Amino acid sequence: MTTTVTAETEKAHEPKPRKPHPIRDMVIKRSLIGILTLVLVSILIFAATQTLPGNAASAVLQNTATPARLAALEKQLGLNRPAVEQYWTWLTGVLHGNFGTSLANGQPVGTLVGGRIVNSLVLVVLAGLIGTLIGVGLGVLAAAWRDSLFDRVLSVTSLAVTALPEFVVAVVLVIFFAAVVVHWFPAVSVFVPGTAPWSNPKELVLPVATLVLVIVPYIFRMMRASMIDALESDYVQMARLKGVPKWRVLLFHALPNAIAPTIQVIGLSFLYLAGGVVVVEYMFNYPGLGQALVSAVSDRDIPQIQAIVLVLAAFYIFVNIATDVISLAVSPRRRLPRS
Amino acid sequence: MARRSEALAVIGRAVRTPQGATGLAIAGCVVLVAAIGPAVAPYSSTQFVTAPFARASSVAWLGGDILGRDVLSRTLDGGWELLAMAAVATALGVAVGAVLGVMAAYYGGWWDNVIMRAVDVILAFPQLVFALLLVAILGPKIWLIVLAVAISHAPQVARVARSSALDISERDYVKAMQILGIPGRRIVRRDVLPNLTSVLMVEIGLRLTYSMLVIAGLSFLGFGLQPPAASWGLMINENRVGLIANPWGVLMPAILIALFTIGVNTFTDAVARASLGVGGRATEPEPVALVAREVT
Repeated sequence: MTTTVTAETEKAHEPKPRKPHPIRDMVIKRSLIGILTLVLVSILIFAATQTLPGNAASAVLQNTATPARLAALEKQLGLNRPAVEQYWTWLTGVLHGNFGTSLANGQPVGTLVGGRIVNSLVLVVLAGLIGTLIGVGLGVLAAAWRDSLFDRVLSVTSLAVTALPEFVVAVVLVIFFAAVVVHWFPAVSVFVPGTAPWSNPKELVLPVATLVLVIVPYIFRMMRASMIDALESDYVQMARLKGVPKWRVLLFHALPNAIAPTIQVIGLSFLYLAGGVVVVEYMFNYPGLGQALVSAVSDRDIPQIQAIVLVLAAFYIFVNIATDVISLAVSPRRRLPRS
Repeated sequence: MARRSEALAVIGRAVRTPQGATGLAIAGCVVLVAAIGPAVAPYSSTQFVTAPFARASSVAWLGGDILGRDVLSRTLDGGWELLAMAAVATALGVAVGAVLGVMAAYYGGWWDNVIMRAVDVILAFPQLVFALLLVAILGPKIWLIVLAVAISHAPQVARVARSSALDISERDYVKAMQILGIPGRRIVRRDVLPNLTSVLMVEIGLRLTYSMLVIAGLSFLGFGLQPPAASWGLMINENRVGLIANPWGVLMPAILIALFTIGVNTFTDAVARASLGVGGRATEPEPVALVAREVT
């Protein structure tokens, strides 16, 4: 996280060497709050999974619990020590990249989760980028042709399909493209372990398409609304009266000012994707973090649950900070220090 | 209470717009199916009626599911618990969130910091992941899922309630009352809370769709109602292996969940518009900002 932060600070720093630097100040402040939040989150995760009444050891063993097995597992999980000491051991382990050992198959959690992070990231980044491009593009077009048939159809549809559960979207896609109507894409992914997900693009199409369809309505609606706002403003009227070509007004006068509020929604869409991958990966049997989380929850594999939830929370916090920094950087008015 | 009827008037205006009426009707139909479904189902939802994934026939109008149970009966039976859970989780989450948000705005300072920091911590989890975390430890219990969804709603509602409450307390008439020495508690009760109602109504609609999303999602993942009980999310998961033989087992629950979401969304948007401007043709950006602000 720190490397990205400094990189962004420097990038933002170079063109405008102004004394009070809102972007740098904000990056520092938000990063500190982010780290504090992450520590609180790790305490919450730890407290919820390890020290809750009922005891993790008996939760894992369930019916097969005998006093001897319970004692052995309690020792393995370190449950017989004070809670603060347990947390400290776990936290220092995590900071050294040691997430403990999976209870389901005895392998280190770090290696189990590590490869899956990349797989999930491929899904999230692809869906986020494609969804952003489609959402922004359609939003600009709908605003340019406001109240046309194109605009009205898109607006009604996007309002209706907002917040459709991802498994409903996925099922519809599978019916159309994998099972009943045509058989273009596989209904579930069959990745050979160890191969990169992008080596088999056909398997990626339906999972990515599902996530894209879920986030496009949000981005579209926000883009359209803020574009209409910008098109009605005085400076756009001025540009029109000066005889600037329509496409130029749209792309160079209105778009840069309309993008700032949309960036917040794009950020929120990336946040949504962190949770959305759980259902989509499970549905398509895609070997990512979400699928691992579902099976870890079924197996009550506590070290693995802790690691995955912590990774997802860290992603969440990072995206939140990045969103605020980017939207500050692109809106000149808000970049000025407050009087 | 003149102001309470103002909240009703906003809903009334929303219902009278074509958009609001359509949305309410669609969502209402799904609620009706779920509510009277168990009473009119031709078979018990756990009864074996036909062959696994049998095609639609006069015995089973929508065919059989993975174990040969009647898809129609299971569809009719599998919604009420889902909807009830979503409704309770939404009510609980919005109520707790509104109280916390107004408290943060009203007391300010130390309280505000503690509440908003707690909000940040819960907002660092995707809603579904937060629910999964609790389910992992205590098992897939109905009350736990409702509670988990309610807890994950509360921070987002708290943020909205807080900023609206701060906004209202900046207005001149509130400032005037403060200068007149009217106790703060009374200002909150008589002037801040009533003005929050339209904001909160929109929140209820938004949170209801997200409740449905998370609860049906958990049920799809196998952490909701446990088999052999019928539940729409679970049905989609059970029957998707037989999609080609009998698609109804997947289609019916998917259509009903989708219709409910679409109906609630459409109606909520109509309420948001009605609360902004008389006549419902309010400017477009405001409702979109309301709907888009707290997407996840």
